[in-house]
Amino acid sequence: MFSYYLHLALGNLRRNIVLTALLVVVIGVGIGASMTTLAVFRAMSGDPIPRKSSELFIVQIDNWGPNKPGEPSEDQLKDSLSYIDAMALMHAHAAKRQTVIYSTFLKGRAPDAPTVPFEIIAPAVYADFFPMFDAPFQFGGSWSRDDDAAGAPVAVIPRKLNDKLFGGANSVGKTLVLNGSSYRIVGVLDRWPLVPRFYNLHIGAYADVDELFIPFTRANNIHALTLSGIGCQAKLTQAWDELIPSECVWIQFWAELPARADADRYRAFLNNYAADQQRAGRFHWPPHTQMRNVTQWLEYQHIVPSELSILVLASFGFLFVCLLNAMGLMLAKTMARTQDIGVRRALGATRRAIAAQCLVESAVISSFGALLGLALTMLGVLAMRAVFAEGYARLTYITVPTVALEVLVAIAATMAAALYPAWRAANVEPALQLKAE
Amino acid sequence: MAAIRSTRLAIYRKRIAAVLIATQIAVTLAILTNVATIVVERLSWSTQPTGIDEANIFFTYSENIETETPADLAASKAAGLAALRAMPGIVDAFPTNSFPLQGGGWSLIVNLTPDQKTPSAMVSYYFGDEHALNTFGLKLIAGRNFTASDVVDRDEESVAPVGGVIVTLALAKKLFPKGGALGKPIYIETVATPVLIIGIVDRLQGPFVSASGYFSTFAENSVIAPYRLLNDQAWFAVRTKPGQLNTAMQAAQAMLARMGSHPIVKARPMIEVRAGAYRSQRGLALLLAAVALILVAVTTFGMVGLTSYWVSQRRRQIGVRRALGATRLAILRYFQKENLAITAAGVGAGCILAIALNIWLVNRFAMVRIGGVYLICGSLAMLLLGQIAVFWPASRAMEIPPATAARGG
Repeated sequence: MFSYYLHLALGNLRRNIVLTALLVVVIGVGIGASMTTLAVFRAMSGDPIPRKSSELFIVQIDNWGPNKPGEPSEDQLKDSLSYIDAMALMHAHAAKRQTVIYSTFLKGRAPDAPTVPFEIIAPAVYADFFPMFDAPFQFGGSWSRDDDAAGAPVAVIPRKLNDKLFGGANSVGKTLVLNGSSYRIVGVLDRWPLVPRFYNLHIGAYADVDELFIPFTRANNIHALTLSGIGCQAKLTQAWDELIPSECVWIQFWAELPARADADRYRAFLNNYAADQQRAGRFHWPPHTQMRNVTQWLEYQHIVPSELSILVLASFGFLFVCLLNAMGLMLAKTMARTQDIGVRRALGATRRAIAAQCLVESAVISSFGALLGLALTMLGVLAMRAVFAEGYARLTYITVPTVALEVLVAIAATMAAALYPAWRAANVEPALQLKAE
Repeated sequence: MAAIRSTRLAIYRKRIAAVLIATQIAVTLAILTNVATIVVERLSWSTQPTGIDEANIFFTYSENIETETPADLAASKAAGLAALRAMPGIVDAFPTNSFPLQGGGWSLIVNLTPDQKTPSAMVSYYFGDEHALNTFGLKLIAGRNFTASDVVDRDEESVAPVGGVIVTLALAKKLFPKGGALGKPIYIETVATPVLIIGIVDRLQGPFVSASGYFSTFAENSVIAPYRLLNDQAWFAVRTKPGQLNTAMQAAQAMLARMGSHPIVKARPMIEVRAGAYRSQRGLALLLAAVALILVAVTTFGMVGLTSYWVSQRRRQIGVRRALGATRLAILRYFQKENLAITAAGVGAGCILAIALNIWLVNRFAMVRIGGVYLICGSLAMLLLGQIAVFWPASRAMEIPPATAARGG
């Protein structure tokens, strides 16, 4: 029966080729536009570290109290901590793994070779950083806890820098000159597509940024200033000796808390810490702390530009209009064939048979529409990559689930739009139509 | 009157199709007006002038990879600057800490009293010497420029006192709405000593680029302080003679590269800085505009399609009416009125939908409020498009000969 309907459908579609083409184009364009924007949106709002995004937490502590100057956040908390709080949390060792992070800027060169000097963004972290964030090593590994304690001049370098300076060979144990002093390379990171780089959102979160890691304690020793800015309540303090004991905020603190119970315990620990500070007279307000996992942090930071959300919204509005349009066209197509249908009904076709045949026809159209939509989505993604060559959309790609979703949406939407015309077709009275002839 | 009644009847008979069209128009209008609001706002933000002579300015950056003593830094910076100023094709140059649309820079709080709970203003903080105004091409509208003796050396960590600062007119008006900003003391960086406003320039945009949110609120509030920053990675702003930007920039880079040992030298023309700063913002705005325009096109074609279908379906009825004496113009009018009625219903619903959508967007994404102009223009555009869409099928209907009535079908 189905093959007969299919045969009929193809015949009908061929007979009214212009209307068919119009339908396919309308559906294809609607699907193409909405799926392109959705692909970009998904690429941007994707989970950078799916295996651990719910186990890694960034900590916020209110060390300024009410009446904060500067940009107000929705919960009146700053993104970073002061050195005092960051170090107190480090020394408490209340999490499975923990690290502070701030990024500085280093200039370097290979020790003797006449290589071109380079500049690089250098996050200052503790050794726990690498296992915490699943950093993949090509050679070597993290530095030791002793290096952390000693503030040793050691570095973990990115693969690209290793390729440039050492021709991709294992450079562990070799030295680099960074800001005038020698550093021992302890590890070479492999390619690490962490997008967005949630621990460094202010420095090209979606860009292809190379980073060289040094121990936080070392960065502290050489007074390496942060790149992301220092937030101060009263007076901007950049002199190291004033910055360290100040309430200026400039350091992120991340903790790894695998189980829910760990997170709850840590929350309690944070509140106790803030309460202790209040009792000690440092905070003149009740404890105000927060922990956010990676997903919550990205949401809190509004990392996806609102224009993009609006674009997705607009393109789905567009898809909706395309489907209304398709529905109108299908209605017209059905109504143009009432005499046909009347004859078939008079010859004994049931209402169900008519409706089924209409739906098969729509299914054929929706398949073509889905194909066109897929082609347009691919073109659209290429266009987005070209438009945003340096930004986030360069990461947009089409995956199998995207294609599956696209085809599913195309067919489901078209079939939904086809229901009413099919119902109208099924309700054509045989006698009336024959009389009209 | 008769024509209108027949229009109503016809709409009633094919009400589903009419509702489809009206809904399309409503959704299209709601999206179109909101998108237009956003696009216009974003594009006008990204085209506002920074206040500097953008076509002839480039920024260059040079640093030695070995750490130098402050004295070395001061000497090498002075040497580089002197060499730049002496180059043919270069009008002037000065050392700066950041530049307009750089993407990030120094922002500070400015207060009018030393002990203030709520800050008086947020500002972008530039460093410049007595050549800064000439290099940027800024217009001094009150007070005086810096002199060489005003300029103080500093590093990032210390705050040496200065005699006075130059502020933008926007900041002067914000701090002193009643005027008279010139000569007034303000507190920047330190609460220990105030600095005096010694000059006011008409316009200088900050280094931040976001079109919305916190940083967009003080884009025009800038302060230039007479500091020479002695850190190891500072920028020179350079203004060239018209038409000599590229040659002068290349020559300057080559010159700076020869001056140090293994120096890193970079340069960017301001035109490129601007293009880069707004690339994704403009890209998104253009994509939004594109989606809105295709949407309008699809809706228009939808109207053409359905009207054509109605015409073909009513050939006989039209023939009868022609035979009964209706003029060709009356037929055209009939379809035009029909379309007007449907479009008007869609536009009415669309305006309500547009406002509802806008309220949601304002709450959810802090977008700008929709202007009445957009609603009126959008509505008129939709009505006009409806008339255009109906014209071709209706003029075919107009040509249906009265004899069709007799032939049937």
